[in-house]
Amino acid sequence: MPTVSMTVNGKSVSADVEPRTLLVQYLREHLGLTGTHVGCDTSQCGACVVHMNGESLKSCTILAAQAEGADVTTIEGLADGDTLHPMQEAFRENHGLQCGFCTPGMVMSALDLVQKNPNPTEKDVREWLEGNLCRCTGYHNIVKSILAGAEALRG
Amino acid sequence: MTGTGIGASLKRVEDHRFLTGNGHYTDDINRPGQSHAWILRSPHAHARIKGIDTSKAAAADGVIAILTGADMAADGVGGLPCGWQIHNKDGSPMAEPAHPPLAVEKVRHVGDQVAIVIAETRDAARDASELIAVDYEVLDAAVDMDTALSGKTLVHDDVPNNRCFDWEIGDKAAVDDAFAKADRVVSIDLSNNRLIPNAMEPRAAVSEYDRTTGQYTLYTTTQNPHVIRLLMGAFVLQIPEHKLRIVAQDVGGGFGSKIFHYAEEAILTWAAAKVNRPIKWTAERTESFMTDAHGRDHVTHADLALDADGKFLGLRVSTKANLGAYLSTFGSSVPTYLYATLLAGVYTTPAIYAEVQTVFTNTVPVDAYRGAGRPECTYLLERLVTKAAREMGIDPVELRQKNMIQPDMYPYQTPVALQYDCGNPPATFESALKASDYAGFEARRAAAEKNGKLRGIGISTYVEACGIAPSAVAGALGARAGLYESAQVRVHPTGSVTVYTGTHSHGQGHETTFAQLVSESFGIPAENVEISHGDTDQVQFGMGTYGSRSLAVGGPAILKACNKIIDKAKKIAAHIMEADVADIEFKDGKFTVAGTDKEMAFGEISLAAYVPHNYPIEEIEPGLDENAFYDPLNFSFPGGAHICEVEVDPETGDIEVVNFTAVDDVGRVVNPMIVEGQVHGGLAQGVGQAILEGCVYDGDGQLLTGSYMDYTMPRADDLPSFSVATQGVMGASNPLEVKGVGEVGAIGSPPAVINAILDALAPLGVEDISMPATPNRVWQAIQASSVRQAAE
Repeated sequence: MPTVSMTVNGKSVSADVEPRTLLVQYLREHLGLTGTHVGCDTSQCGACVVHMNGESLKSCTILAAQAEGADVTTIEGLADGDTLHPMQEAFRENHGLQCGFCTPGMVMSALDLVQKNPNPTEKDVREWLEGNLCRCTGYHNIVKSILAGAEALRG
Repeated sequence: MTGTGIGASLKRVEDHRFLTGNGHYTDDINRPGQSHAWILRSPHAHARIKGIDTSKAAAADGVIAILTGADMAADGVGGLPCGWQIHNKDGSPMAEPAHPPLAVEKVRHVGDQVAIVIAETRDAARDASELIAVDYEVLDAAVDMDTALSGKTLVHDDVPNNRCFDWEIGDKAAVDDAFAKADRVVSIDLSNNRLIPNAMEPRAAVSEYDRTTGQYTLYTTTQNPHVIRLLMGAFVLQIPEHKLRIVAQDVGGGFGSKIFHYAEEAILTWAAAKVNRPIKWTAERTESFMTDAHGRDHVTHADLALDADGKFLGLRVSTKANLGAYLSTFGSSVPTYLYATLLAGVYTTPAIYAEVQTVFTNTVPVDAYRGAGRPECTYLLERLVTKAAREMGIDPVELRQKNMIQPDMYPYQTPVALQYDCGNPPATFESALKASDYAGFEARRAAAEKNGKLRGIGISTYVEACGIAPSAVAGALGARAGLYESAQVRVHPTGSVTVYTGTHSHGQGHETTFAQLVSESFGIPAENVEISHGDTDQVQFGMGTYGSRSLAVGGPAILKACNKIIDKAKKIAAHIMEADVADIEFKDGKFTVAGTDKEMAFGEISLAAYVPHNYPIEEIEPGLDENAFYDPLNFSFPGGAHICEVEVDPETGDIEVVNFTAVDDVGRVVNPMIVEGQVHGGLAQGVGQAILEGCVYDGDGQLLTGSYMDYTMPRADDLPSFSVATQGVMGASNPLEVKGVGEVGAIGSPPAVINAILDALAPLGVEDISMPATPNRVWQAIQASSVRQAAE
């Protein structure tokens, strides 16, 4: 089994994995980072979105081996101790989550939107979320959360 | 005042762990020595199993065991039970064919369980499953209800014509009289499209067996752990309660689909003892599509009798409901007591009769999905009433108002069993009309027309019965379980509190809302209260969460236990402060002696209860820990009005939902933020049903909408921001005066959307459209419309 090494949430990690192991399996099963979720098998739902080398990515769409040497950030890497990241805080403040299953992917996806477009409109947010499914919130409060998070990050 | 009691939009306690990736969903759980399972499923809708050869697969790398239906039968494992018995018109009981967890002799839908492969890794189990050779004799499939009812092919050999039951409710003779007197009869034929629930977390289970104690543990994605323990333990595996623990920690959405006792739960629990290893199974999304119980799937004809002024005189309904291949846990109750008992809606229709035939088909079992029967009922009524308005040339607002139950008519006895306890349909309707600027609509229609768009507005009103109760009535109607709820309130020595509730939260925020109830009751901050649910070894008993019951049924159980605590605490306070117990008052967390300045804080009394040095020990026991079971007097009856505006592009059939207004009466609101969130989610599922979602099988019973590539889930850019308000009428039959809120959005919204689309298309002569009203269907309807054809 090949050894795959990368940096995850600022720490160097390494594991021997079967070649067919997806990045999301590597994170969940080998590193125990279960905040990244698997909600589908067709790369549609976005529950597994992480950042790789600064860009959002569905971690079910690539093999762990393809992330060799990469710098990966998961939902576990956002908060500063007990202090939530401003985007996480915006979700909490605006009831942007219910069951919480899609939430890690939503937050990671939202952060990439805001880094590319710091001042998005409601329409921008709704279009950006095309690759993230939520069954609980009707998106109303997710959109509100992301707009508030963007505002907080603009300072 | 704590500021964290009833009415506060407290931020949710559960959010921190979810936002930081620290939730504990079932697939996040791993047990020492764990093995992994893959379920081999039927690729055919209907086939006889002539043989299963597992020899090659058993020899594959990493395989621990392969077990089939024959192995289960040899161990005397029972079938999956149905929790509600319905009777036919002639009084005979419904057909209840066997439902083996692993198929025996026949498979009856694509996805039916054939074998379990247990291996060291999931990939090894899956690889080995592909080496199993099943010799199938493929049979004709009964996919649609009419084919099934013809009886040409039988899903279950012992169920003639595939009819599970033929049920009726209401006074047929009175309805016939009403139609004989009617000036006008308006008829409608419609179907309620089959939906696939799609909670974002796929079902999963981890099972474990301790050979030294005989103790089984099952971690599973369920909405009601104790119900699973009861059904699986007593009916399927014959494991007594004290040897069976069910744990459902964080569950990622349910919407009904995680109520039911699923085959995989029984298979994994049984197999854990066979292999003496913990076993983990997690569904792939494709398996969720093929095995999670589906929702809706009705075909209905209805006639409404009216007098010349538009007053409703009688309603006659005939429905065929698809049950799928097997009776799911509550599949029989959904198209009957959760459907036809609501046919009065918010109207004074004096005579109602409904008959419902349910049909087995070679499709996934159908059961409760958000709303469960009530959306089907509301869709029928509100389409029919709108059609009546159009046919009679009466304004749809006026026709509704003319027939509405007035506030002074409550309690209101309907002709279909239910007695609504309280409500004010005209008030919520009026508020919705105002909030949506209904009066200003024609100007918006004209503005849209200038942009080449057809704009329409649609109305829906509804009443919902939720928090099914009381147990005695439910039992008389066929329920095989009680429908009470339980709570244990444990006050710790320093005054913090743990509440054990038999309900289950899978997104609803009980850890916050229920803490607010305790905060209000004890006058302590909500942060001093912990809510525990989901573990049958911790929680005394419970019926779980479904049918919008948690606050309406589980809430009063908590309140009742809190009141027992207060009664006991008063006795302790009276003893310590040397007063008569009748003079002890409790307010804002303080016990005082009337007419004096003596007072003791809640925490001081708690400590005294556990350090009983100065204590009325001959009268009461030490400790401050109380249990309560609450069985409601009646259902709770939320209601309201939904108004939708759409714009249709006549060239493409594309639909945009531009405005959606909901005014809902959900009684007293404990946490307004959470309540609004519940409504938003329900609305999205309702709009999804109306314009996006639909399960499609081909003629052979293959599921064509088996992934997110094929089944259209609502996405953020399909929906508008919603305008949501609550307008509570107090007086609900529970001490909190709360009503359910989880399902209202999904109940009221589909007819509002479809009525809006039909309003938009009315100038073209389009009179009917089926859900989901996709751009293709809308475009086809426009092409086929009479006005367009006349113009050409």
